[in-house]
Amino acid sequence: MTQQQTAGPPAAGPADLAEEFLDRRTPLSRIRNTLHRYPALSPAIVLIVAVVAFGLLNDRFLRVENLSLITQQVSVVGTLAIAQTLIILTAGIDLSVGAVMILASMVVAQLADSYGLPGPLALVAGLAVGLAAGALNGFLVTRFRLPPFIVTLGTLNIFIALTLLYSGGSTVRGSSMPGLLTWMGSTFPVGPVRISTGVVMMLLLYVAVAFILGKTAWGRHVYAVGDDKEAARLAGIPVNRVLMSVYLAAGAVLAVGAWIQIGRTNAASPNAGVDLNLDSITAVVIGGTSLFGGRGSVWGSLLGALIVGVFRNGLSLAGLDVLYQTLAVGVLIIIAVSVDQWIRKVKS
Amino acid sequence: MTASQLESTGTELRQPILQARNLVKTFGRVVGLDGVSLDLYPGEVLAIIGDNGAGKSTLIKCLTGAEVPDSGELFVSGQPVHFKRPQDARVHGIETVYQNLAVSPALDVASNLFLGREERRAGLLGSVFRMLDTKGMRLKAKQELTRLGISTLQDVTVPVENLSGGQRQAVAVARAAAFGSKVVVLDEPTAALGVRESNQVLQLVKDLRDRGLPVILISHNMPHVFDVADRIHIQRLGKCAATITPQSHTMTDAVAIMTGAATA
Repeated sequence: MTQQQTAGPPAAGPADLAEEFLDRRTPLSRIRNTLHRYPALSPAIVLIVAVVAFGLLNDRFLRVENLSLITQQVSVVGTLAIAQTLIILTAGIDLSVGAVMILASMVVAQLADSYGLPGPLALVAGLAVGLAAGALNGFLVTRFRLPPFIVTLGTLNIFIALTLLYSGGSTVRGSSMPGLLTWMGSTFPVGPVRISTGVVMMLLLYVAVAFILGKTAWGRHVYAVGDDKEAARLAGIPVNRVLMSVYLAAGAVLAVGAWIQIGRTNAASPNAGVDLNLDSITAVVIGGTSLFGGRGSVWGSLLGALIVGVFRNGLSLAGLDVLYQTLAVGVLIIIAVSVDQWIRKVKS
Repeated sequence: MTASQLESTGTELRQPILQARNLVKTFGRVVGLDGVSLDLYPGEVLAIIGDNGAGKSTLIKCLTGAEVPDSGELFVSGQPVHFKRPQDARVHGIETVYQNLAVSPALDVASNLFLGREERRAGLLGSVFRMLDTKGMRLKAKQELTRLGISTLQDVTVPVENLSGGQRQAVAVARAAAFGSKVVVLDEPTAALGVRESNQVLQLVKDLRDRGLPVILISHNMPHVFDVADRIHIQRLGKCAATITPQSHTMTDAVAIMTGAATA
């Protein structure tokens, strides 16, 4: 038997390599393999092409003021996309991200405005709202085993209603809030570009979440749970605890998103951000994270959010109707999901 | 073969590593296990065979914490234990390779080997930032594969989904062998494999036994069972119909007992 052991594999090695291991027979499958290994690659290419194309179409596009504006426009959706990525990685989906963020922002703003709560305390209250919303979603998903789509469709409506009930439908202006709450909207110059604090905060969140997902055991477990829940359970991963922590983490990220949103719009409005839910999903999907879970990266979602921002901005600079922006985003989503499906065929 | 002879003479004198007494498990009105007992002695390969629905998988799920039996007792090295989840069995040194392999396709080989028990970096990076020791785990994974003689897995950074069935099986077996300090349980390890890959897995099973690690092997494949097993536990209709050895019975006898055409 020892003979067979030493003699067997080398003879079979090349066949395995060629047939199953690398699958590099055609240029197309080689591209597919590369995209499969680096999921953030395809959105990066799309972003570069889009920036170059819009730059050629309109010379105002590449001006620093415009690029700085795009980053600010992206800061809220980009933050929501972090929370959305965490949940989509576990093969879930969160339709309530925008509603949670708006609810948190209303609570923060109202507590500061009507009850005179100091800025830091109001923000802590906002964090509590985000965590509570995450806990509710996570509880329903793990304990009642309801599909995340249904759970968050329900909580989406609940949170929208709570927001309107709580705020009485009225907007709180930035000027009636403590300075800390609108701080995320303030900008500072970096060379010729003006960067907002909110953009910096969003980038810090990306760095932190990318580190946690890529370099910690918890991150591995998030991927494993999204990849194959039963396999993860049998491998000894506490699946429900991981899911719960993902929803809590998403809630915390959304609370920070609320802070950025207040700064960005210089107000807290209960009617803002209805379309932010879908924009965050769009960013994640375009960013190459698979809706089937276990595959993707948070950096891809940042690229996805930037792509959406660049398309909207570039198309409006090109003088196209806002409807064409929506149309373009729709086409992008379908292309992104098709590419994802194609890339996933690599294993068969 | 010497091990099996030792077994048949000294069975009663040695303490079983894993013991099950009167395990009962029902699923609604379906009786999965109807009072099954089992002993696993050090350094043996115990095969569990049986027709579909005979309770093989339920039995090992109860032994490995994947299912909780309704009643009955489990002992590890003579000590009573209660497994509520797979981790409980792992703590007692029982590692399992499930039929569906329980590997995470998108993660690489090294990550899969250490899935659920990742190692962190030394110092502040590990304790404060909880940073994984990816390099160290890859090195250890490589060493473990070499030690087990698994040469089909050269690159431990390849995602498992890019591997062939046999290679995936090797990953799952390597994980069990690397961490199983007392018992390794294999559920249908050769079911999806070709001839060459099956032989490699069977060789792995023999290697594990030769290192003193007892193995429980569930299989449908009679030649494989008779090739590696020291004793054979035959499940029939949720009960243990007989426990035989490859020396005392032929394959035909085993099949007859399995189907109820004969008794031991």
